[in-house]
Amino acid sequence: MSNELIPIDDSVAPQHAPRATDINPVSEKRAEQQIAILFGLSGVGSVLLIYSYIFVSKDVFIFIPIMGNQNTQQLGIGIGMAMSLFFIGIAAIHWAKTLMPDKEIVNHRHEFRSSDEDRAELVKTVKEGVAGVQLGRRKLIKRSLGAAIGLFALPPVLLLRDLGPLPKKQLETTNWKAGTRLLTDPGNRPILASDLEVGSVVQVLPAVDHPEERPLSDIAKDPVLLIRLRPEDFQLTPEKFAMTHEGIIAFSKICSHMGCAVALYEQQTKHLLCPCHQSTFDVTRGAKVIFGPAARPLPQLDITVDAEGYLVSRAPFNEAVGPSFWERNSQ
Amino acid sequence: MTSTEKRIGNAANFVDERLGAAGWVKKSLNKVFPDHWSFMLGEVCMYSFIILLLSGTFLTFWFDPSQRDVIYEGVYEPLKGLKMSAAYASTLDISFEVRGGLLMRQIHHWAANIFMAAIVAHLLRVFFTGAFRKPREFNWILGILLLTLGLVEGLLGYSLPDDLLSGTGLRITSAIIQAIPVVGTYISFFLFGGAFPGVGFIPRIFTLHILIIPGIFLAVITIHVMLVWYQKHTQFPGVGRTETNVVGHPILPVYMAKAGGFFFVVFGIIAFLSAVASINPIWLYGPYTPGQISAGSQPDWYMGWLDGLVRMAPPLETHAFGHTISWNILLPAVIVPGIIFTGMALYPFIESWITGDKREHHLLDRPRNVPNRTALGVMSITFVMISLINGGNDIIATNFDLSINQIMWFSRIGIFILPPLAFIITKRLCLSLQRADRELLLHGAESGRLLRLPHGEFVEVHTPISAEKAFLLQSHEQLTPLEIEDVDARGVRRPGAIKSKIQRRLSKAHAVSVPKVTEQELKEIENH
Amino acid sequence: MKRLSRYRRHKAAGPLLLIFALLAIGTTFSVASATVKESQTVFVRSASIEEGKQIFLKGCSSCHGLNAEGGAIAPSLVGVGAASVDFQVGTGRMPMADMSTQAMRKAPVYNEEETAALAAYVASLAPGPSIPAESVLNYERDGNSAQGGELFRNNCAMCHNFAGQGGALSQGKYAPTLMGVEPKHIYEAMITGPQSMPVFSDKTITPAEKLSLIKWIKAAEAEPNLGGATMGRIGPVSEGLLAWVLGLGLLIGIAVWLTTRAR
Repeated sequence: MSNELIPIDDSVAPQHAPRATDINPVSEKRAEQQIAILFGLSGVGSVLLIYSYIFVSKDVFIFIPIMGNQNTQQLGIGIGMAMSLFFIGIAAIHWAKTLMPDKEIVNHRHEFRSSDEDRAELVKTVKEGVAGVQLGRRKLIKRSLGAAIGLFALPPVLLLRDLGPLPKKQLETTNWKAGTRLLTDPGNRPILASDLEVGSVVQVLPAVDHPEERPLSDIAKDPVLLIRLRPEDFQLTPEKFAMTHEGIIAFSKICSHMGCAVALYEQQTKHLLCPCHQSTFDVTRGAKVIFGPAARPLPQLDITVDAEGYLVSRAPFNEAVGPSFWERNSQ
Repeated sequence: MTSTEKRIGNAANFVDERLGAAGWVKKSLNKVFPDHWSFMLGEVCMYSFIILLLSGTFLTFWFDPSQRDVIYEGVYEPLKGLKMSAAYASTLDISFEVRGGLLMRQIHHWAANIFMAAIVAHLLRVFFTGAFRKPREFNWILGILLLTLGLVEGLLGYSLPDDLLSGTGLRITSAIIQAIPVVGTYISFFLFGGAFPGVGFIPRIFTLHILIIPGIFLAVITIHVMLVWYQKHTQFPGVGRTETNVVGHPILPVYMAKAGGFFFVVFGIIAFLSAVASINPIWLYGPYTPGQISAGSQPDWYMGWLDGLVRMAPPLETHAFGHTISWNILLPAVIVPGIIFTGMALYPFIESWITGDKREHHLLDRPRNVPNRTALGVMSITFVMISLINGGNDIIATNFDLSINQIMWFSRIGIFILPPLAFIITKRLCLSLQRADRELLLHGAESGRLLRLPHGEFVEVHTPISAEKAFLLQSHEQLTPLEIEDVDARGVRRPGAIKSKIQRRLSKAHAVSVPKVTEQELKEIENH
Repeated sequence: MKRLSRYRRHKAAGPLLLIFALLAIGTTFSVASATVKESQTVFVRSASIEEGKQIFLKGCSSCHGLNAEGGAIAPSLVGVGAASVDFQVGTGRMPMADMSTQAMRKAPVYNEEETAALAAYVASLAPGPSIPAESVLNYERDGNSAQGGELFRNNCAMCHNFAGQGGALSQGKYAPTLMGVEPKHIYEAMITGPQSMPVFSDKTITPAEKLSLIKWIKAAEAEPNLGGATMGRIGPVSEGLLAWVLGLGLLIGIAVWLTTRAR
């Protein structure tokens, strides 16, 4: 008696019990009828689909419990399609399970490794073929071939150059210049300082030549959020405080993390929350990041009022707005 | 011979005289596929892919992949008169003017979600049962490639309608590309055709989404399935199953009926979901403009774990010499996923290096018998679950009255603590299950009936287990650690000794398991 | 008792007992915690400042101070205007029951006359936003729902979600759902900026624009779910959950059935 592990004993054969449909003709008949009913249900589904598509009007709604009002045509086509497909499948599977032969059969596996003779023959063939190329002997061909293929690799990359323009300064400039009026978005109306109450927030875009036709790439950089606090609420450095006007402070609405619109302003805590990744900015401290993955505060826009009292920007942003990039000077 | 047989015979003769395929067809029709429900997950993937092709083709007949501005004059009142891209407007038309259009859009999107879910489930099945071992390592790598391609294809697909939610996702994608040092801004400008959102992006991702990536998919899926066909499918251990055979039902008629039927079932269930459950209601999201955003903006679930990682990342950036490197973006979106996917792809080779096992394997492992691998798998699942939960932290907070800040801190700390904890717990669970199996084999199942013996002792009656079960319980291999000699007969150290020391340590950890029942123990019990 | 003990070992006994226990505890809890809403129904025929003051002293002054000057736990109401009172009291947020993160909408404690009286009293303390008249609120006629949708997505969706279902703010605060809110209250919320919500004065969002907003919100509320059940209109998170639970779940169920032998 050894301490060895028990060898695998294949001789214990699996019990093969016959199915009810194998031995009982009543069960067999019943299975046949079940399969026929299932195929029939599929047919019902197809008819439902055809009927809904042709005869049900597009604006009829039907009330279904839990789901509420549903578009009848959509529901009819959908349920019809689902039924017609599903029941074909169930019928086929039921047929296979109950009536088709139940016996399992055995295939044998062969080892994947090729025979030694095959391997030897392959090696011989390859060696003879490569020897025919004689690359080792023909150095001139080898070098010129290398040069040709090397150069050949460049054009495919070059042909893609016109996919887009070079970035140049586009990431660092916006439409905000000295003296640009702040316009409401939407509506493109200029704003007086008195239009804003303490606690209000409004989204603005810069005044441009054709404000109705702003390209989306401008809208990806220009939006600014105007927030009004009481001047004593701020805890800013003198330079940053000078960029505000009577408690109104302006920040770029484009998140410094990944560029979503930062617009959740919590009036009581005076925090700005970006809904994408929950970066939180403290407005009283110049949009300093107090939570979340953003690494830089939101750029602040220097604002003042013009001769008629409308809010204008005093200067462009002093840094690039939006997400960071390699060339960005963030110091 | 009946007339039908004669007609089929003539047709077969026609083909055979030109292709000579009788031998191959006969072998194929008798090919055997083993039966287990978990083997059907790969089929769900394949069938969902076919459904994606069919529904996607339908959609291309009406979709306009252009970013040019149009004014919407269709039937949906709340968007009438608004400026939007032609892509968005054509998607609205598909949803409201084309009969069955909304249904097809939903079939396409539900099929995509189920496709990705089935890929993950299939991956987990292959992983936990060790089906990736030799000779199937290459197929595993192809599978990881399919997973990655699926992620990209899904992202591009739901971005095509150019709605507010997916446009926000593209904004984030462009920020990730832009954050790549040195070349990021150039790649971003080239891909988008200018500054975000560019004018050429939707047409380009359309080409990628309907032509290039599906083409790659078709090629890779074909190789993937042909490899399974050629190498034959693995099977669970059991009576009559060995490393050199496959036991199951032949293709004609049973497997064909079941597998073919299953295709219709998958299609039917996806169609049912699309009929009763709304997905991606773009008319509610509105057209994309970078100045707008919705609360609760998330990508589809298969990208949601990446979003969760980005949310919990520390706010780290390096500002030096007039340049910026955003670690808060690169770490969670590029570096960590890169490590994860590379590690996944190489895992078969890592495990064979640890165990030193270079043999072919066609019998699957029961997960409990490989505690280390199973624990590693559960650890990975825990990692993904935590990042997934964090990806939806604002939705969870809104619906369960929690605070996003708390969920964020839970994830930041949990992502480091919970996976190792899951590893330890799972490994212990596997070992307990092994012990339970051992008890079952030696003593039989506990029946719950107590017997009082004449001399007063109480014993519990055990019912012996069936022969098949007993066979199964001792059919696995005993895990043994690697034996590597560091020092040879003359006391000289082998080069690469540190590597083999690590290998030995890992191999020992991997081999932790409950010893198998020996013949002697079984005999002892019988005589008891 | 003997009859019961005979079924003690029945395999359904455990689950049934659990269900019974859950039902018992649940019912007891909801009955015991039902707040007895006993509004002191003092029928006031016209909104009078004096009567408002009486209600205020009885129900609000303990937090807001005897002269509505505010205190440690409640802000001053001087200058908040009738609109604030009408909103807060009319939506049931005030009196605040649960002093945790923020006041939540619930069944109003005071009826319409009492609310009007309170509003009149607070308005008398200092000038502030007034309650919009019915004639101003004809959003069906004067509003444009497409423009309202654009305004909503620009100014409201980031807190309240694209379909007005509500969203999360920081530290457990939230922007509530806008479904089932009276147009008057929507208007008042915009001009008074309750709690975390900023103020959207009539200069920044004009009254006509506000009506468009209300028209869009009401249209979104009335709009049926066009593609099927939506699980709350909250986006891909619920859709992914459904794909796994219902989609893959059903498919695995059928796969198990498919591979089991017929009996």
